Amino acid sequence: MLERVLARGQSTGAGFSEIFIEDKRSMSAGLDDGKVEQVSSGRDSGAGIRVINGDTTGFAYTADLTESGLLAAATAAAAAAAQGGGGTHTVKFGAVTRQRVNNVRILPSSVPKARKIEMLMMANDAARAINSSIVQVSAGYSDSQRRILVANSDGVLASDEQVRSIFRVSVVVNGDAGMQTGYDSLGHTIGFELFEEESILELAERAARQAVSKLRARPAPSGSLPVVIKCGSGGVLFHEACGHGLEADLVARGASVYAGRQGELVASPLVTLVDDGTMSREWGAIGIDDEGHVSQRNVLIENGVLTDYMWDYIRSRNDGRAPSGNGRRQSYEHLPMVRMTNTFVLNGTEEPDDIVRNTKYGVYVAKLGGGSVNTATGDFVFGMTEAYLIENGEITEPLRESNLIGNGPQVLADIDLLGNDFAMGNPGMCGKDGQGVPVGDGQPTLRVKAMTIGGTAT
Amino acid sequence: MSSVSSLEELQAIADKVIAQAVPGEQIEAHVTRSRETDIRVYQGKLEHFVSAQSQGISVRVIRDGRTGMSHAGVLTDVAVAEVLAEARENAELGSVDEWAGLAEPDGVAIVKQELWDDTLDAFDTAKKIEIAKELERQAVAADSRVRIDDANYSDNASEEAFATTMGIRSNGRTNNCYATVSVMADDNGETQTGYAYALGKNPAEFDLVEAGHKAAARATRLLGAVKPQSKRITVVLDPMVTAQFLSIIASTVNGENVSKGRSIFANRIGEEVASPLITLIDDPTDSRAYTAHEIDSEGLAARRNVLIKDGVLQMFVHSSYSARRMQTKSTGNGSGCGALQLVPGTKTQEELIADIEEGVLIDSVQGLHSGVNPISGDFSTGASGLMIRNGKTAEPVREFTIASTLQNMLKNVIAVGGDVDWLPARAAGVSLVIADITMSGE
Repeated sequence: MLERVLARGQSTGAGFSEIFIEDKRSMSAGLDDGKVEQVSSGRDSGAGIRVINGDTTGFAYTADLTESGLLAAATAAAAAAAQGGGGTHTVKFGAVTRQRVNNVRILPSSVPKARKIEMLMMANDAARAINSSIVQVSAGYSDSQRRILVANSDGVLASDEQVRSIFRVSVVVNGDAGMQTGYDSLGHTIGFELFEEESILELAERAARQAVSKLRARPAPSGSLPVVIKCGSGGVLFHEACGHGLEADLVARGASVYAGRQGELVASPLVTLVDDGTMSREWGAIGIDDEGHVSQRNVLIENGVLTDYMWDYIRSRNDGRAPSGNGRRQSYEHLPMVRMTNTFVLNGTEEPDDIVRNTKYGVYVAKLGGGSVNTATGDFVFGMTEAYLIENGEITEPLRESNLIGNGPQVLADIDLLGNDFAMGNPGMCGKDGQGVPVGDGQPTLRVKAMTIGGTAT
Repeated sequence: MSSVSSLEELQAIADKVIAQAVPGEQIEAHVTRSRETDIRVYQGKLEHFVSAQSQGISVRVIRDGRTGMSHAGVLTDVAVAEVLAEARENAELGSVDEWAGLAEPDGVAIVKQELWDDTLDAFDTAKKIEIAKELERQAVAADSRVRIDDANYSDNASEEAFATTMGIRSNGRTNNCYATVSVMADDNGETQTGYAYALGKNPAEFDLVEAGHKAAARATRLLGAVKPQSKRITVVLDPMVTAQFLSIIASTVNGENVSKGRSIFANRIGEEVASPLITLIDDPTDSRAYTAHEIDSEGLAARRNVLIKDGVLQMFVHSSYSARRMQTKSTGNGSGCGALQLVPGTKTQEELIADIEEGVLIDSVQGLHSGVNPISGDFSTGASGLMIRNGKTAEPVREFTIASTLQNMLKNVIAVGGDVDWLPARAAGVSLVIADITMSGE
């Protein structure tokens, strides 16, 4: 049947057709205000048919997985691709038949929902027990089991199963100076065994302590200062400062400050940046990408020198090279594009304590929030959700939340101390062009010589 | 699509689900079918064309104060039965919440909106591609330093049917379309970006020339931008930035956040929380609003609510849940504020700027999701724009932040412009002048 669908995709003369089938089951439950409010489950399955004719991509999707439903979608995609005209390409990338070894020990769907809900109550109690100033706790559990199959006219036939489990806790405290919040999360590309390996009680307590510590927070400084970022808390810095700018689709259209800079020094020589979809437990792990290519480890920056970009099928085809396993999509309803997986900076040699000790006055960031970047200018921001002042080489007072702003190439060059305490960070959801995909990040403790801190204290 | 029979078919599915309610059980069913077109053009060529249809059902079951939900992306009899069964199972697992319940009909009349356009429905596909190409041409032609990032045309059409065991039943169809363009401008090895969109009930109403020129101007006017000195300063928020600011304020007046101790404005009704210049209204029945609609997510009529009048907090917006919790009535806001607007002043942006000796016009902000905490009120965001000196815009500035607290920003509004812009967002934009903001740069 797959052959018939792919042939229909090429019926208007296109050189490439692809079918992506997805079956995703998910379950989530939320606790708020001491009550388990929302227990929800869903099943989303369908297929996306992509047809490439010259430089034009036609795409159609359907939730109807019968042969007639798939053929109808293939006809629509072929007609869409025919709108473009132009010549056809055919490029072969060897057939991928390898499949990820399923290393999930406990499938979430095999665990009674009541057990998952019990964890929410336990997290609620653990957080509230930390301090009487806690006025609100919310907790969320969710799991997903995503099975995908990719087949294309070049002979690729590959499948994968991706199981993810995540738990989040957020806390509100109220003090003399108003309310503050704390947040922490735990997520891995594994099954329910996650909650045997890691403690959600400790997670809840961390979120609560973060909120409580901020009750005495003072306004963050305004202006340019040295910034020390704790290990495992600031990988988002690299995700924004250079990760997006190394995506080949943005590079190809000249919308990246890193375009045309392969082989050049683009960062401090301390920095080696890797994107690795094979780190099996991590949040951005994938067995194959959503175009059927086996995930791999790609070194993007080595000792400060730009070595490679990240690639999907179309961009690697145009450049006559192999894809890098970075073609991802949110669901069968979306076109794949170049996306990160787990992006991180390798260890340096400094003792983390020495990095703080060698900083006379600056900011210590213990937890970063989200961020965003304009890849064409390199300007990026990210939020600090838990931060402290560094005075005379010591971590002192907590600071209120604010954004940090910097320019990618400048900040990469300004990394002057890199620790030896590498850790992966919290699970992230990366948004690009309206699509969200799970990504991981990580880094050792490091210092940026100077960054602009967007506080109000002058 | 969009035949009457199709809507009836969706309604029949919703009706059939709720008809299965047993005594003591409340059920809500929401059934949708939609179709979308998404076109991207790059350098005069069609880069991608997405054409797709999707459907779905979501069901909420409440029994003995416990709520369960489920959804699926197919509408076969088997799938629909599974969704109901799952929602029922999930409802057995939730905590008992004495305020849980579906909305009760409140007799408020629905204000009819024009949510469907036949011209758009019949619009020729090849012409849609032409629109994206023309928008690209207009942007690039506007200035020799401009090149394209991408030009897009999108439309979607959806039909939905809704039914609850409380006797609420409705169905309708909606379609809309827009075109967007992103450009880059280069000069002396420096690149800046700009973005604009064209809106209309159908593509014939698009002003592609204006959109193309706007995107080009936004990019070129930032060329040569420098990092400003850190200081306390007056800012003028461009209408698009004001709309983003208002959507953050929306969460602070949301009844659910208030009832759960997550709002800086809890217990402050009747107090002055903003400058007397601020009158904030949520009105999804105003047909000029991009998010105008007839009913809220619980099936109650959308309505006009004055949230802040002359700086004084008047009310919070409520779903039926938060209303029951706070012993009041739903305000037709099942999913929070629907279409915010500030009562405008009279001056143009240029006239507002003329009154400012030193300030900064904020063209765009970056990182609202990471640097703003509506619970603590902390506000910090990356920004770019133009300095204002002696009543006129001066050099462009970038890579700086503006920071304050939401509370202080509302209080420190010193002028509201008359330049209302009905943006494609949950809030209308208008130029807003706010004093005493911390600008962090060098």
